[in-house]
Amino acid sequence: MSTQRPMVEVRGARKSFGAVEVLKGIDLSVERGQIVAIIGPSGSGKSTLLRSINHLETLNGGEVWLDGVQVNQPLNGQAFERHINKVRQQMGMVFQHFNLFPHLTVIENITMGPVILKGMAKAEARALAHGLLSKVGLADKIDAYPSRLSGGQKQRVAIARALAMQPKVMLFDEATSALDPELVDEVNAVMKQLAAEHMTMLIVTHEMRFAGEVADRVLFMDGGVVVEEGPPADIFRAPQKERTRSFLKKYLSA
Amino acid sequence: MQGLDFAVIAPYWDLLLIGAWWTAVLTVSAGVLSFVFGILFAVTVLYAPAILAYPVRAFMWLFMGTPLLLQLFLIYFGLVQIGIDIPALAAGIVGLGMHFAVYNADVIRAGIVAVDVGQTEGARSIGFGKWQTLRYVVIPQAIRNTAPPIGSNVIALLKESSIVSVIGIAELVHSAQLAISETFRPFEFYITAAALYYILNLVLEAALHRFERHVEVSR
Ligand SMILES: Nc1ncnc2c1ncn2[C@@H]1O[C@H](COP(=O)(O)OP(=O)(O)O)[C@@H](O)[C@H]1O
Ligand SMILES: [Mg+2]
Repeated sequence: MSTQRPMVEVRGARKSFGAVEVLKGIDLSVERGQIVAIIGPSGSGKSTLLRSINHLETLNGGEVWLDGVQVNQPLNGQAFERHINKVRQQMGMVFQHFNLFPHLTVIENITMGPVILKGMAKAEARALAHGLLSKVGLADKIDAYPSRLSGGQKQRVAIARALAMQPKVMLFDEATSALDPELVDEVNAVMKQLAAEHMTMLIVTHEMRFAGEVADRVLFMDGGVVVEEGPPADIFRAPQKERTRSFLKKYLSA
Repeated sequence: MQGLDFAVIAPYWDLLLIGAWWTAVLTVSAGVLSFVFGILFAVTVLYAPAILAYPVRAFMWLFMGTPLLLQLFLIYFGLVQIGIDIPALAAGIVGLGMHFAVYNADVIRAGIVAVDVGQTEGARSIGFGKWQTLRYVVIPQAIRNTAPPIGSNVIALLKESSIVSVIGIAELVHSAQLAISETFRPFEFYITAAALYYILNLVLEAALHRFERHVEVSR
């Protein structure tokens, strides 16, 4: 039973900003270890969907579940605050603009969560951070401040920071969109490595090639709905919907 | 007309140095108080429920809109009347501390608001609560970004601290006045006091610069 439970499940998600409905009933299910890429034109609601999954946006309707626990539970005040803080510890989020803490060194950025939130001993957290930094190829930047790093290095630290909480799922919101082209690959390489380790991932991306290489499933969003989804081979080579075709044509010709 | 003769200082050197010492004590204590309460006021005004935020806002408005001298008199002479008898030194520290806390709060509040929302989202996404996010992520950055204006407030505090001489605290100006009342040599003693303020200022600025440089790498 529990093995069949999806890691992430979104049911009928609706979200409006003022009068504008940005998510118009989204259903999504991600199995344990599965990698789902979300593609679609700018403004189609990809970020809003991802942010709603970890409750940086509050849905107006629908449910989000993480490994059998409802994320947007109807609790109030302090009870919800406690609940959501626990849930978020189990979801790693990687932002377009990294959102590293500039007043902390690389290692402090990474150890802060485990030490403060999980009560991990400092030495243990440092060892964990050191391992993660080696994994993302930045062991030599351990005591640097983020301002001394390139965009690609910052993003790799941000990934390490998220991984330090040992999350059940990683959410990537255009992790490489703010990077100079020559720095994209080093970040993609880290994500591919996570894929090889069967990390459950939801990846919003504009890089069709990367999506095709890494994803088990591709989801095409437009205008706040999922227009089409399927294995990358189907979506990229034989899209069924006209909207998908015209979107891909624009991208693949570019 | 008298000629200038700085030799008159010599017997009063101890008195002046003790005065300078108390000025330093006042500046450091009131400085720390103004910093801590500056943060508390800023956070209260921004995030506390109205029942706390409004009184603090009123308090800030009152302290910004009235003279420091009046505030000191109120704390030292006024509060006695309602049974709160504070020693002069404590009254001076509290008065100066609160006066500058209000100015620091204004600066820090703007600093907090200016911290990128991505910082809060980054912290919340890891699982930090609202207050943890403020404490570990937002406020440290707000303080770093507002270090120069907070530094100017501390420099101003050093200079303004002389006002507590009116409630009998033997700080530097008070000591100089005491010496003058015995020697009738205002020029020599005021100039010497000025020189001592200048030295205190240099020390303070050096300390602030060190802090700002330290903070510069981590922004
Ligand atoms: N905080 C917000 N307030 C108002 N409108 C927003 C907000 N966030 C996103 N939107 C709007 O919602 C729509 C979807 O945005 P988004 O989810 O960021 O799209 P995508 O990530 O696919 O580019 C856009 O029209 C955007 O302008
Ligand atoms: Mg987006």
